[in-house]
Amino acid sequence: MTAPTRVPSPSRVHTSSVPDRRSLEDPRAALLALERDGELIVQKIDRESMAVTTKYGRVKQIQKSHLWHHKSCGQCGHIPGYSTSIFWLMRKLGYDYMDPDDQTSCTAWNYYASATSNSAAQAAVAVRNFAAAYESGYFPLIHCGTSYGHYKGVREELIAHPQLRAQVRAIMAKLGKPLVLPEEIVHYSEWLHALRYEIAAKAVRDTSGLVATVHPACHYYKLVDSDAVYDPDIYGGQRTAVVTGLAQALGVEVRSYSTWFDCCGFGFRHVLVQRDFTRSFATLRKIEVMKQEANPDVVLTHDTGCVTTLDKSQFAAQAHGRNVGLPVMSDAQFAALALGAHPYRVCQLHWHSADYRPLLEKMGIDHEQAWAEFQSDLRRLESGEKRYCDWDDVDA
Amino acid sequence: MTETALKESEGGALYKAPHVAGYAEVSHETKLQLFEQVKADLRFGDYLYGCYECGICVGACPSAKFYDFSPRRIAQAAAREDVDLVYQQMQEDIWECSQCFSCLRCPRGNNPGGIVTIMREVAVNNGLASAKQALVGYSRIIYKILSTGTQVSPDMLQADAFPDWGPEVADVSDNLDLWRRALPAETMHTTSTGWAVADKTLVELYVIWLETGVLDMIAQVDDDLHSILRELMEDRLEEAGIEL
Repeated sequence: MTAPTRVPSPSRVHTSSVPDRRSLEDPRAALLALERDGELIVQKIDRESMAVTTKYGRVKQIQKSHLWHHKSCGQCGHIPGYSTSIFWLMRKLGYDYMDPDDQTSCTAWNYYASATSNSAAQAAVAVRNFAAAYESGYFPLIHCGTSYGHYKGVREELIAHPQLRAQVRAIMAKLGKPLVLPEEIVHYSEWLHALRYEIAAKAVRDTSGLVATVHPACHYYKLVDSDAVYDPDIYGGQRTAVVTGLAQALGVEVRSYSTWFDCCGFGFRHVLVQRDFTRSFATLRKIEVMKQEANPDVVLTHDTGCVTTLDKSQFAAQAHGRNVGLPVMSDAQFAALALGAHPYRVCQLHWHSADYRPLLEKMGIDHEQAWAEFQSDLRRLESGEKRYCDWDDVDA
Repeated sequence: MTETALKESEGGALYKAPHVAGYAEVSHETKLQLFEQVKADLRFGDYLYGCYECGICVGACPSAKFYDFSPRRIAQAAAREDVDLVYQQMQEDIWECSQCFSCLRCPRGNNPGGIVTIMREVAVNNGLASAKQALVGYSRIIYKILSTGTQVSPDMLQADAFPDWGPEVADVSDNLDLWRRALPAETMHTTSTGWAVADKTLVELYVIWLETGVLDMIAQVDDDLHSILRELMEDRLEEAGIEL
């Protein structure tokens, strides 16, 4: 047996199909080239769009309406006000959308947690969802940061590896679907960012006196970093502009803190089966630092796992007398509140753990009255007057 | 003298004796074979370019702050093709990684988190002890994602499963059906899935799992779960008239 060496050898250069991971700065152009070669179909942006810039300056178009909502399992399952707020905002602004039932999750939470999958399966799941959007004629909008980052990674793998394209194409053929990818992979927070001034113009609640800290989601801007949205006027272009740009457009003071680059502690498997790590990281490296350095009224973020982790991890720390106790919500929930959304009927804040009531009071929202209104909805459901609430019940 | 003890006596890497480590020592050939599987993954060449030893990945890594884990060691072991160390990492280290990909800050363009993803896959495919141990308690989640297409469902919020998440978890659990019916989005009135997924879509998903060998992976780490999923999927595909 060869004894393991303890002396680092010179760096080894591997033969790679991609000269440098970060060189693929225009995936759209690469996709269109593959389409010209008959390798795949590119779903085009076919409605009015807004231009935003990515990290290294590429212009990315964000389609405003006629969007196919790729929902998030963690949002819909455990913090449903996240999803309903995105839908509510779109309705409030008058943009049509589709909430499909032929969508699966990206399955990447499980993949990053348990590894019980592989690159071909992950690519096939992504393309099957994109094909469902393509068949509907609506353009995909991704709710989850992990789905968004993961799908961008899948896109790079499909562009780089002909054998993977062939494998996925064969599976899609069995399903009667084409190998199709959208012209741009768009996260909902990019849509909010592109429309931030339009959103701010419809605000009915004054948020100008509020202070926020922003946690940028790792899988949003660390996975395929070149395709995340940046703006020279926000953090000097040194951090992603989404979330912060929207908050600032709403008049909120966004304060920085030293551990902004740290992850939330989610860990994929850790948040479910190894939560000592998750709780410690979320509170010691994020919430406590935010509180000590910025003392915000609210923590805003833009991903499923981040909202869950930063919110739910505080209870145990609070029991130990730690310096925590900050409401955590998505940019979509916060923007919806600013535009007059009901904190329970729409934003579903009763699914959250950290105390959000002081924030509501600062926003001029009578949370006791709002809770009574929500309870009256529940009584209507219990009495059989209605089986389900719908959008007519929530001023959408 | 055992191979492991010999290495320790020679002052080599601090390998643990099997009874301490909790996994079996294997031959060099087996370790080499496992590493060859890692290298054979089509993504491997895109994830590893070399290492400046700058430690930026370690500085950015959340797991390095809490565990004896280093993304730099992951990248270096793979670059040096140190199959003994790679094997040790597959048995001891890889499940500590948070998969946040903060290590992509690497100035050389490495993706240590991605290498970990591949190493985990190889650990699952070969039924390594670390994979079996890491997935204890995870079976229900794998069942949920493979069978329903959504991983996190409202009915997972049970007070005994999340006692550290505060009393709101019990509130959700106690009021689950009613609170779900109060959601304005029609697809979200479900309690056992995040949203309603069409039957046809599930069948398509099962075809993907079977065609790509994902179901076979489950057999390596959890026989019972594999049997349950296989029966479920085969019945569903038969009903849909699909033969693979």
